[in-house]
Amino acid sequence: MKFAVIVFPGSNCDHDAYYALNKILGVEVNFIWHKESSLENYNAILLPGGFSYGDYLRTGAIAKYSPIMKEVIRCSKKGIPIIGICNGFQILIEAGMLPGALIKNKNTKFISKMVSLDIETNNSLFTKNYKNGDSISMPIAHGEGNYQTDKDTLKQLKDNDCIAFKYSNSHNLNGSIANIAGILNKEKNVLGMMPHPERACEKILGSDQGIGIFKSMIGSL
Amino acid sequence: MKAKIYIKYKEGILDPQGKTVHNALESMDLKNISCVTIGKYIEMDFNNISKNDADSITEKSCRKLLANPNTESYTFEIVEEL
Repeated sequence: MKFAVIVFPGSNCDHDAYYALNKILGVEVNFIWHKESSLENYNAILLPGGFSYGDYLRTGAIAKYSPIMKEVIRCSKKGIPIIGICNGFQILIEAGMLPGALIKNKNTKFISKMVSLDIETNNSLFTKNYKNGDSISMPIAHGEGNYQTDKDTLKQLKDNDCIAFKYSNSHNLNGSIANIAGILNKEKNVLGMMPHPERACEKILGSDQGIGIFKSMIGSL
Repeated sequence: MKAKIYIKYKEGILDPQGKTVHNALESMDLKNISCVTIGKYIEMDFNNISKNDADSITEKSCRKLLANPNTESYTFEIVEEL
């Protein structure tokens, strides 16, 4: 089993993801530079957090045209599990792999805080190790994580059971619509989320409750 | 030949920067401003091509990269420089 962690210029959570997957969970992980064009033989793909291309133009906007993204899109169509965390989520949105938009936090500030999330569906390969309604804590660290959609898209997300995580009551600090913290595509093999599970994989970090996402993925491969 | 491109948030999209600047202007005692929105202004210079070509390149650039169709709208003008 092999994970690919995509590295864009400006990615800065790539090593955290590597540590969680390889050092804690013992999975083989390779860093894949964004100029590469093949992800043959990888079982899962992770787009890490950071500031790809310095957030120039819009978060994730330029990364979507990195050569590797054509291959990421191709893999998503083959059903390969893809998780985008923070800036990785922003890239998935810009690439049109997930619906909606991530705009500036409502309070205009960069927010770095531990928050509580509610599991909205455990019916996915990313969340099956949790129970619906479980609350888990992990950090957020972003300036543009305010998730917004039009009403129709929101209804589709609900109807198709594609809302993976919501911020618990009073933990929706960025102003996201319907408290949304993470969403799945319709096929449920692509997950985008603003909070950082890779930074919540050991008790010494304040929470180890994010590891369930990676364990769920590994258990599904 | 040059494209002058203006990008702004669509109506209803939260513009916290605009709001903050509006508050700051009011705190400077500049009254009667009803709304401030902050967008982007981009210039693109072209090689020696026709206005039609410049127009279609600019349109494609806006649609595919410069603006996010979910949250932003754009307008542009092509100007010929002396």
